[in-house]
Amino acid sequence: MITKDEVEHVGWLARIEIDEQDADSYAAHLNTVLEYFGQLDEVDMENVDPTYHVMDVVNVFRKDVVTESLTQEEALENTKSRQDGHFKAPKIM
Amino acid sequence: MAYHNPDGVMIGLEIHVQLNKLNTKMFCGCSTKYHNDEPNSHVCPVCLGLPGSLPVINEKAVEAAMKIGLALNCEIVPQTQFHRKNYYYPDLPKGFQTTQYDFPIASEGKVFIEGEDGEHVIGITRAHMEEDPGRLLHIGSIDKSKGTMIDYNRSGMALIEIVSEPDMRSPKEARRFLDKLRNIIEYLDVCDTTLEGAMRFDANVSIGGGSRAEVKNISSHKGAERALLFEIVRQKNLLRRGGTVVQETRHFDEARGVTISLRTKEQEHDYRYFPEPDLVPMRVADRTAKVAETLPELPDAKRERFTKEYGMADMHAKALTSEIRTADFYEEVAAKIDAKICTPWVADVLKGELNYRDLTVESFKVDDMVEIIEMVTQDKITEKSAVDVIRAILDSGGSATDIVKEKGLIKVEDDVVSTAVLEVIKENEAAVTDYLGGKEQSLNFLVGQVMKKTRGRADAVQAREMVLASLNK
Repeated sequence: MITKDEVEHVGWLARIEIDEQDADSYAAHLNTVLEYFGQLDEVDMENVDPTYHVMDVVNVFRKDVVTESLTQEEALENTKSRQDGHFKAPKIM
Repeated sequence: MAYHNPDGVMIGLEIHVQLNKLNTKMFCGCSTKYHNDEPNSHVCPVCLGLPGSLPVINEKAVEAAMKIGLALNCEIVPQTQFHRKNYYYPDLPKGFQTTQYDFPIASEGKVFIEGEDGEHVIGITRAHMEEDPGRLLHIGSIDKSKGTMIDYNRSGMALIEIVSEPDMRSPKEARRFLDKLRNIIEYLDVCDTTLEGAMRFDANVSIGGGSRAEVKNISSHKGAERALLFEIVRQKNLLRRGGTVVQETRHFDEARGVTISLRTKEQEHDYRYFPEPDLVPMRVADRTAKVAETLPELPDAKRERFTKEYGMADMHAKALTSEIRTADFYEEVAAKIDAKICTPWVADVLKGELNYRDLTVESFKVDDMVEIIEMVTQDKITEKSAVDVIRAILDSGGSATDIVKEKGLIKVEDDVVSTAVLEVIKENEAAVTDYLGGKEQSLNFLVGQVMKKTRGRADAVQAREMVLASLNK
């Protein structure tokens, strides 16, 4: 069972503010999803290998060759919050 | 004598090695050579975490990880993959760090160090691949910060995190382990350890089987030793006053030399690790033999070969192989000069003078070393003058030949010394009488006068013998 507190905690981890009413309703929704996953637990998986990726492909690599980067101006183009060539964020400590 | 570890100190280390010798980052083609460039000028949609961008693994980074794993005597796992470690912090533009979780590329290795009581084995739990976050700069001081500036040039740089077992029993052993690890990394040529942020450390410390504290933000080997000393004393004092050590994360304040508790609300399960769906698994164990072939001779093997091939004492072999640059320098000198003669000149004299000045062997030319030693063996300059030449080159540059000429260090002929001896004996009757009367110090005075007359170019031992011979006539 997912509680309202857990919903709020997960919201905090993602830095999303969730008001009380919503938290109740999200908890209910998430519990429905969990029940659905519960059905999967009933399937016999005895002889099935774990799946780490949906595609049966391994070793997709690239060579260590430099490609062009964005310019500083392009990199900062989508933000208004900048200072001296940096992105600017609220204080964190 | 066995070391008893009176306080039951257990130290484990986590070391981040930045693969800054690669051309490109871990998952994109942005150049790794950003250290002298403008902020946010080595970035692209992948390392900025822009929507719709897709990472692709740098094959060379995987090879470097395997090299490190093999050099630490680890097993390379049959199949490995990346996970997402989720947390919100402005240095991670995607909101998660791409890292490895339950299948690190390498695990279960070991490293040998000079421990408190001789050779000591440090277990390596794992070595895994991950990406570096961006760099944060606080505007103003931390406590009065008005905001944070972010440079993503470092974001996405390939890192190898090496995790040790808690096998170190003192800060000294921790430092030895870090030194050894740095040597191995330098031998492998995967990381320029002199660049800022190339190697960073976290430490786990516990005493007497109690809870462990994790100390973060250690950036140098010296810092590691200090941080650990402080932390052990803090835990001992806490226990003595009847308190208990709690499991927590502490921040090392390098300027003040103290560790400070960091309150973190996040716990391991809050990271919600899950397999990275944008990257497929890697099956590279079958490449192990090929990567192993590219491994250079590592410090332990080189040390053993030096003792055998050059017939030197283990102490010298250790001093010469602790840095690959010194080892290469020595072998170039030994190719031209008999090992028995050149070993103490490089291992004791040159290395001592370099250490004293905090310099590396790159400050000295092989040719100068060869020339200086040859001048000594051909009896052109004294051993003392040779040391002076080495010092002069390190302090103000120049070539050995020029310095010997400028300083007039070429040994004077025997007859010049004999003349000086005769003159000194004639001019210092009082001292001669004193010596003959049994006053030993007067001999030193007389030899000093001879050295003065020849402006130090005479060999002091030889001058002494000649003074003695004249006096005893």
